[in-house]
Amino acid sequence: MSCNPPAKFTVNGMARTYTGDPRRSLLDFLRDDLGLCGTKKGCDHGQCGACTVIVDGRRINSCLTLAIMQHGSEITTIEGLGEPDHLSALQRAFIKHDGFQCGYCTPGQICSATAMLEELAQGWPSHVSADLQHIKLSDDELRERMSGNLCRCGAYSNIIAAIREITEATP
Amino acid sequence: MRPFEYRRATKPSDISAADRIIAGGTNILDLMKLEVEVPAQIIDINPLGMTEISEIDGGLRIGAMVRNTDCAADARVRRDYPLLARAILAGASPQLRNRATTGGNLCQRTRCSYFMQPEARCNKRDPGTGCDALHGVNRSHAIFGASENCIATYPGDMAVALLALGASVEILGRTGTRSVPIGDFHRLPEHQPAKDNLLEPGELISSVTLPPAMGGAQIYRKVRDRSSFAFALVSVAAAITIADGRIRHAALAFGSVAHKPWQDPAVETALVGQEPSLKLFAQAADLLVGKAKAQSGNAFKIPLLRRALIAVLSEATNTEA
Repeated sequence: MSCNPPAKFTVNGMARTYTGDPRRSLLDFLRDDLGLCGTKKGCDHGQCGACTVIVDGRRINSCLTLAIMQHGSEITTIEGLGEPDHLSALQRAFIKHDGFQCGYCTPGQICSATAMLEELAQGWPSHVSADLQHIKLSDDELRERMSGNLCRCGAYSNIIAAIREITEATP
Repeated sequence: MRPFEYRRATKPSDISAADRIIAGGTNILDLMKLEVEVPAQIIDINPLGMTEISEIDGGLRIGAMVRNTDCAADARVRRDYPLLARAILAGASPQLRNRATTGGNLCQRTRCSYFMQPEARCNKRDPGTGCDALHGVNRSHAIFGASENCIATYPGDMAVALLALGASVEILGRTGTRSVPIGDFHRLPEHQPAKDNLLEPGELISSVTLPPAMGGAQIYRKVRDRSSFAFALVSVAAAITIADGRIRHAALAFGSVAHKPWQDPAVETALVGQEPSLKLFAQAADLLVGKAKAQSGNAFKIPLLRRALIAVLSEATNTEA
């Protein structure tokens, strides 16, 4: 069992290897080593959600995991969801509904919401679900499920409108 | 963050007494950034598996590496142990629950703000230095079981539900396995507040086992400063069954009021065999909070806990105000 073993994983489909100081967070690796600066550093303590990325299909705080721990993972950042000339449906909805003001929390909001829609599709309950077995979609459900992403501009109502557009378009 | 050596475990025996274990990492990495935790050796147990939820002896065995999300979403947990699903879903954020593990959640550390500031005096972080919380801002602190050395609370939700459900914790050490009731896993601060629970260095939680489900009403009520993504000020977990108009079984546990999930068998005894009524619930709640002792800034927790218990018992038994 070696000390500080390399970690091999993919980021937006590209193979990557991390071999540096084990202290490096996944967030710092994405931004500083790969130059993927869409993922933002807000609080760096798992409280704001600006650093949200999708690892093996799950949204997580990239500030609270180490790059060296990602061995075997598939990581998707905002750059992997869409780019200016081919936006994802959720990215288009955020623009249409003005789901941001300064934009700093937006990549985290969109990564979070993208994975959240998959959680809804799986039928996972939330704290506000009246029935743990059958989830009835409501704005309260969306707000609770997005509570890990803070927006200091207070664009919450438009963020919910953007997400609702996608949930209403999905049968 | 201080430098450390990182290794990936391939088998449980790779863990030595000098290792600090990392699982989901959501608590320990936060504390390492603050330099509250300064481990020299980190061992990553993610490669060890332990991610299954299996049926055993009419109950459920939840592997230590089952993520909080997967536990709360499990069809058997939702159907038979809704209290557990509710408690998990009341905690943290979806992103954190996606990483946080069953074993790691039990081992999470207090959120006492003095513990989390290396410049403050804290017997839990630096034994023998004193406790700045005693005469400081202590609105979130303990009302049961505190000592002059430490008034911190265990902050989690999941363990409170597990206590009311009568779970046990399986611990893997170099000399074998042992199983302890969840109520014995966490400890009171006494003269050793640095020790949160009875895990010895090098030991690992391998699973948590739930006894067969009892049915009846299961309720988790969490009172907090905001309605999502906040720690409890007080919480109540209740599993209640009624037979022939009387309370047949009452299991209660209380969160964020002590250094461990709190239980008071006398309160349960006072309820069992009785007809549900608001008067009975008020008597039971008075019995519970009669033993509480407030710190300088958290006297509000005592009536809050009293009301929360009465409300939960009323809801569980459909007793109208």
